Amino acid sequence: MSAETAQNARGSGGASLFSDQRFRSLFFQALVIGLLGAFLVFIVYNTAHNIEKRGIQTGFAFLDAAAGYDIAISPFMEYTATHTHGRVFLVGLFNTLLVSFLGIIAATFLGVFLGVLRLSPNWLVSRIVYCYVEFTRNVPLLLQILLWYAIFLALPAVKQSITMFNDIIILNKRGLIVPEPLPGDGFMLVPVALVLALFASIFFARWAKKTQAATGKIYPVFMTNTAMIIGLPLLAFAVTGFPLDFAYAELKGFNFKGGVVIKPEFTALWFALSLYTAAFISETVRAGIQSVSHGQTEASEALGLRPSWTMRLIILPQALRVIIPPMTSQYLNLTKNSSLAVAIGYPDIVQSFGGVTLNQTGQAIEVIFITMLVYLTISLLISGFMNWYNNRVSLVER
Amino acid sequence: MSNASTNTSKKTDEVAIQLNGVHKWYGQFHVLKNINLNVQRGERIVICGPSGSGKSTLIRCINRLEEHQQGDIIVDNIELTGNLKNIDAIRREVGMCFQHFNLFPHLSVLENCTLAPIWVRKMPKKEAEEIAMHYLERVKIPDQAAKFPGQLSGGQQQRVAIARSLCMNPRIMLFDEPTSALDPEMIAEVLDTMIELAETGMTMLCVTHEMGFARKVADRVIFMDGGEIIEQNEPEEFFNNPQSERTQKFLSQILAH
Repeated sequence: MSAETAQNARGSGGASLFSDQRFRSLFFQALVIGLLGAFLVFIVYNTAHNIEKRGIQTGFAFLDAAAGYDIAISPFMEYTATHTHGRVFLVGLFNTLLVSFLGIIAATFLGVFLGVLRLSPNWLVSRIVYCYVEFTRNVPLLLQILLWYAIFLALPAVKQSITMFNDIIILNKRGLIVPEPLPGDGFMLVPVALVLALFASIFFARWAKKTQAATGKIYPVFMTNTAMIIGLPLLAFAVTGFPLDFAYAELKGFNFKGGVVIKPEFTALWFALSLYTAAFISETVRAGIQSVSHGQTEASEALGLRPSWTMRLIILPQALRVIIPPMTSQYLNLTKNSSLAVAIGYPDIVQSFGGVTLNQTGQAIEVIFITMLVYLTISLLISGFMNWYNNRVSLVER
Repeated sequence: MSNASTNTSKKTDEVAIQLNGVHKWYGQFHVLKNINLNVQRGERIVICGPSGSGKSTLIRCINRLEEHQQGDIIVDNIELTGNLKNIDAIRREVGMCFQHFNLFPHLSVLENCTLAPIWVRKMPKKEAEEIAMHYLERVKIPDQAAKFPGQLSGGQQQRVAIARSLCMNPRIMLFDEPTSALDPEMIAEVLDTMIELAETGMTMLCVTHEMGFARKVADRVIFMDGGEIIEQNEPEEFFNNPQSERTQKFLSQILAH
């Protein structure tokens, strides 16, 4: 203990154990862990005691019990009131995934588009985008969801429906009604052709890269692949003799029967989430592009590279490094914000499972635990994917 | 510092760059005023002058990084107009080095050098890499080929930038204060590279305050002030017998140290 002797030698008073840096930090860590443990024990004991006193059931048996309530939106599976709470969980989960997934896609496209427009040399364009971004970012999302819902509910009643294209598309306060596609014989060939086209375009991109390395010839990969992905399924569709019928909606009594109804709850939530998140993404994209110094563009142009190549080979790869991490948090935000569905009655997992099921069964601990686990899983999957992508594009420097 | 010109000029009678009555404005500010300049093929020109005199703008007009508003610029018999084909053609023949190197940080040294040959000259990758290695050897850093720009010193980065331009096999090289952002010992290594380049007969336009380099290499030194060419002469005459008062003042300031 040379430190101690040194301290004594300097005569700074008695070397108490408590003035020892290592002992002190250990002591406080132990204290915190001890308090935390005591608190947890208290919570668990208290909860168990209360549950028992009030005769609340525990366990996951409720998942197999009949739910006994209707869910208005269940596009992926059949659901009636006689189905179980377990089924409710799945319906809610898929509804959450649906609105989050479509929201992320719409927000990304719109956000990138707006971010690029924001940098436009056109004063009017960049100002309009600026106003949009500032307005959308600074009004609470919940208000925006309510606003869109109010707008959709203010649409005409059933009898005064707005109809488009010869009554094929119908819009009223109950939603947007489009014809239901009824695939006939041989329609399966179309998705098969699409998958084939996807594989073929990956193959073509690799081949084009190799050929360029070997011969220097540059192929229009993007155009070819786009043509292939659109063209091949169309071709399959034509070859099989257009095997697709539509069931059109018809007014029967007080409502339309048939067709696919896209409910205003879904549309309002989707619009609000996409538009809100797009505003944040556009700022991220703008910052990313601006983070690449103008010297990079000049050097690239001085070498004779065209503006489109400069964008693709020089600017974007550098901008993406800046864009992706904040983009990930925007995706996570959107997914978690989708739980605001509860405000307008879109049956996502919080509204249906975490709301009605919880109220009916009273098993709050299990329901909240499962719901939290769902969001945690989705979020970890999204950030896992984005981290993988970020590693792919990240820069090796020093 | 040796005052003798190395006298290895490969100057020919063929015209490489021609500027006739070029004017440029930044908003209200008149940056270039009636610039008339003929550069012969193989000629080495050093442009100097106080900051804000328009010397950088002048050479940036030659490859259209800046647009001139009046007058004609003819590079390599191609007239520089709004025609994108002409601009592309000129940029393929004109290499440029910048004060801050502007290497692409996401690409390795080798990829920095092969990018333009592959995409602009449509060269097979292997061939482009061979050419890149050839020029990296000439600027004496072939062993850094796999590294990224951020891993190199400033002098090394500028030499990579020179190699990157040379890979396009340009007929004219523009240098925009290539040593202004470097430490003294690095200035020497970059200037050595430029001197070697000059000896190959490359047409060079160089904005620099390295007067030793000007004496050694230049066929002609141009002094600019206030957007005008004030004086131009052979280096000996220019330094020993400057005509205008402004040139004398500038030289006395820059050579005082």
